[in-house]
Amino acid sequence: MIETSNKKTALVSLLLTAAMLIAVIVLDQVIQPTDSMSMLLKVLQKGSVYALAAVSMNLLNGFTGLFSLGHAGFMLIGAYTYAILTIPAQSRDVVYQYYDAAVRISFPEVLGGAMGPFGTMLGVILAVAAAGLAAALVAWLIGLPVLRLKSDYLAIATLGFAEVVRAVFQWGKLGPVTNGSNPLKSFVRINSFQLKLGGTTLSLSTFVPVLLATVCIAFIVLLVNSTYGRAFKAIRDDEVAAEAMGINLARHKMMSFCVSSFFAGVSGAGMAMVLGIAQANNFKSAMTYEILLMVVLGGIGSISGSCVGAMLFIAASEWWLRGLDSGKFLGISAPGIFRNGFRLVVFSVIIMIVVLFFRKGIMGDKELPDLFKKRPGKEAAGK
Amino acid sequence: MKKVLSLTLALAMALSLAACGSTGGTSGNKSNGTSDPTGSGTPSTGDKVVKIGVFEPQSGDNGSGGKQEILGMQYANQETPTVEIGGETYKVELVYADNQSSNDKAPSAAQTLVSGGVSVVLGSYGSGVSIAASDVFGDAGVPAIGVTCTNPQVTAGNSHYFRICFLDPFQGTVLANFARDKFGAAKAYCLAKQGDDYSVGLCNYFMEAFGKENCVYETFPDGTSDYSSYVTNAKNSGAQVFFAPVSTEAAALIIDQAATQSLGIPMLAGDTWDSNVITKAATGKDVDINVTTFYQEGGNPEFDTGIKAWINADATNLTNNNGNDEVAAVTVMGYDAYYVALEALKAAGSTEPSAVMAALPGVQYDGVSGHIAFDDVNGDAIRDVAYVKHCNTESGTWEFVAQQGV
Amino acid sequence: MDLVKELMDTILPYLLSGISVGGQYALIAIGYTMVYGILRLINFAHGDVFMVAGLVMVYLSASMPLYVAVPLMALLTVLLGFVIERVAYKPLRTAPRMSVMISAIGVSYLLQNLALYITGGLNKNYPVIPWISDQIMVFGAPTKRVTLVTPFLTVALVIVLVWLINHTKVGMAMRAVSRDFETAQLMGIRINSIISVTFVIGSFLAAVGSMLYFSNYPGVVPTSGGMPGLKAFVAAVFGGIGSIPGAVIGAFIIGVCENIIKGLDVILKTVGVLKEPLELATFSDAFTFALLIVVLVFKPTGLFGEKTTDKV
Repeated sequence: MIETSNKKTALVSLLLTAAMLIAVIVLDQVIQPTDSMSMLLKVLQKGSVYALAAVSMNLLNGFTGLFSLGHAGFMLIGAYTYAILTIPAQSRDVVYQYYDAAVRISFPEVLGGAMGPFGTMLGVILAVAAAGLAAALVAWLIGLPVLRLKSDYLAIATLGFAEVVRAVFQWGKLGPVTNGSNPLKSFVRINSFQLKLGGTTLSLSTFVPVLLATVCIAFIVLLVNSTYGRAFKAIRDDEVAAEAMGINLARHKMMSFCVSSFFAGVSGAGMAMVLGIAQANNFKSAMTYEILLMVVLGGIGSISGSCVGAMLFIAASEWWLRGLDSGKFLGISAPGIFRNGFRLVVFSVIIMIVVLFFRKGIMGDKELPDLFKKRPGKEAAGK
Repeated sequence: MKKVLSLTLALAMALSLAACGSTGGTSGNKSNGTSDPTGSGTPSTGDKVVKIGVFEPQSGDNGSGGKQEILGMQYANQETPTVEIGGETYKVELVYADNQSSNDKAPSAAQTLVSGGVSVVLGSYGSGVSIAASDVFGDAGVPAIGVTCTNPQVTAGNSHYFRICFLDPFQGTVLANFARDKFGAAKAYCLAKQGDDYSVGLCNYFMEAFGKENCVYETFPDGTSDYSSYVTNAKNSGAQVFFAPVSTEAAALIIDQAATQSLGIPMLAGDTWDSNVITKAATGKDVDINVTTFYQEGGNPEFDTGIKAWINADATNLTNNNGNDEVAAVTVMGYDAYYVALEALKAAGSTEPSAVMAALPGVQYDGVSGHIAFDDVNGDAIRDVAYVKHCNTESGTWEFVAQQGV
Repeated sequence: MDLVKELMDTILPYLLSGISVGGQYALIAIGYTMVYGILRLINFAHGDVFMVAGLVMVYLSASMPLYVAVPLMALLTVLLGFVIERVAYKPLRTAPRMSVMISAIGVSYLLQNLALYITGGLNKNYPVIPWISDQIMVFGAPTKRVTLVTPFLTVALVIVLVWLINHTKVGMAMRAVSRDFETAQLMGIRINSIISVTFVIGSFLAAVGSMLYFSNYPGVVPTSGGMPGLKAFVAAVFGGIGSIPGAVIGAFIIGVCENIIKGLDVILKTVGVLKEPLELATFSDAFTFALLIVVLVFKPTGLFGEKTTDKV
């Protein structure tokens, strides 16, 4: 790669990111919740959270070659940590209606009281960071024994781990902290994010999750391109060879696992923000499967692929294909066939087609800029 | 740095893809309904259309209950398809969204209704989904009328959620009194489903009224089909009533296993069990099932014959009502909810959600299930009577036992 | 003495349910373990095949007598297993193992959604099969006859299967394929037909298992296959994946443990260890998975699994 062109692409990418974020802010103001276009905002909100989840899974599955299916468990930890730390003190008794709430600190409230709006923001950021850290800590603990396992054994062990986490969070005896199996709510969610500029109020409900995902994904991109990232890829391609090259397998695997879980935790916090509710029952293995399918759809080993995959997955399942469920789709009316559930059937058929015939997904292991460059040797550079 | 660019482009592309899709999505939304929302596009009648959102589970745990509730609304809709709003006749269109009985699917289902331009929302069966979606309705300023969601949290602390049914603290107390008075029970076994606002909440209020120290309380995880151990637990605990206000899906299995293991004590449940799923499961088995509910079949013969004929006339309706024409209480509630919504629209004199919301607290309506009016605290229905029914396991029908207050 | 008798009376019903469930898990677990033994594939769709078998029975029994419906159900289930292998796994024979596993997850997703579409997401009542659904008394504890029939039927089927694998040509070929894929091919074994046979046997056992399971718990929903499937897989890992007797023993252990945990509060109270309930029943599913992690970490080959070495 030539240095100057690299700098140029970096600049262009930064500009494009800024443009995208500004576009999101504008969309946030223009579209009202009752507009038919408001689904776009919902898709962007949910899609960006899932994009982060998919990218973090890709870091593990696609870049390090560790097939883990415990993502839902880490997201659950993140969602709960975030929710517990941001429920305002006065809502605690309503939320914990069957228990005596044990945790009574709300980060945004405490810091907001001390430092004003900036403190509230800082409180939310701290709660999100705590969500990631909690997930990473648990990942470290479970990683110690589990990461010694190979491929599908690791997959099934992490899948089992996610189920155990779910049960622990639902345990009645932990009720004062987790509210038992009942949902947590009333915490800071995306609609609370507003910016007051003089007389006008800017809604940031879509901007915040998109920004959160963008910052986190940017970090993962930097990580993947660092020496650590190269070590991860070496482990993926050949463990024995990587070890022979002097890569500390256990250390790098653990690092990848913890970083991936950290961002899974952050995406869990984002999920809680977007849905406005956190409940252990929602983080089932089916959620892990869905994220995995997003990664596959976008291409295993491609970060931009995971983003596109997640956005397409959410947009298709929540929005574009809805007509398949309600009798009329693309102008074709067939209430007999297009009834409830057909959307998911069509959707799963599409996924099977991708899995079977387009095994590399949309992007393969390439990234978006690769598509615009036609230079020999990019394969070598890309890997 | 290349990846930074790639990432940016990825997000940008995703965004543009989503934006491209929006055109398709809008047209999709328009084509969803039975009529064009632009109104003028339907020259045949020139009628204006008002949309009522139906936010109900049509699949998942509560799918069969949700479908029965929808039946009531559909029957009411074909009975009264138009409404007079501000001197003009509007055609009422029901817009459906399936919340899949799942708290994480509920917000996006609610969003489709909101973005579909509904004036008011009816639903849902099951409290959890209503609580989960409440903020979506609140943010958009669309009022919602809870049909059979009995958990107090649905309406607590907000101004947009109303409800026409009784609440769990009331129902729980009624059931606890009934267990004591009718069966002389001193000890109860309570079974709820983990994370289910309805069963956990109702069990909790039951235990409060019955005395927590007199109750054995257990929960089962999602996806359980083996309830035999819970039945054994109930037998071993020495309880005199078995209280399990869970979804009908779980209930059918519990009843079967209770009969097999000769449970031998009366089973008690709330309004969800008032369904022909339960009577079917209990037919020919040695079980004693009692439920509290909103309505007793036969309370309004004219309505009963009308809806029965309507259900029998259409194979789909019959399937949605689980294959026979027994009227479930939730169907009646769905029927009443539709008329309450029409009253609100009339009172509002506009199809604007905000106007409807402002008009709702003052709405009064004499429904099949009784007089409906909202209190001014949370917008809950003022109801002080529940019906207790007992399942006749020979004929597979519900029999009226008593009208019970607190 | 009284305490022992009381304890026995308390525990017996849990044991009975456990053994019955264990037998049903065993029948599913065999399918997992055989497929894994040959293809090194966790067939995530197997639990859903089990669920589809249940649904097929529901629909068939509505229109024909049971003696036709039961064999037809088994036939259709076997066909489903065969088709899944041919369509979703065979094209990926040379692909990385992860791709095949993802394909399996995709099939599972498809089957569940298809079932959701066809049933409308509603609970379907499983038909009552005479005789095995009758109520009987075992040591004073009432239960269904299927509870008693299951373990015997399971053991009988396993004996037949083990004989099949050890004493027939097909069985020998299966063992050869599971030992070494390429060499077996070189020896003139038709890999694809052997794999198909494996799926056919696995699906047939899942069909039998579904009949027993749903007779006991007569409601079929699209997600019915998920948990039993996962637990059966855990049983297969526990017993040592690839080993049929291991899978069966693992399944019985898991079935019994799970039910004991559901009643642990009551049992501990009877013994006098516990005053307040601990709500341990919450962990009935989680225990299975915790057990899985422990087994994988300390004895990855399970109880009866063969030792494998990594090939470089």
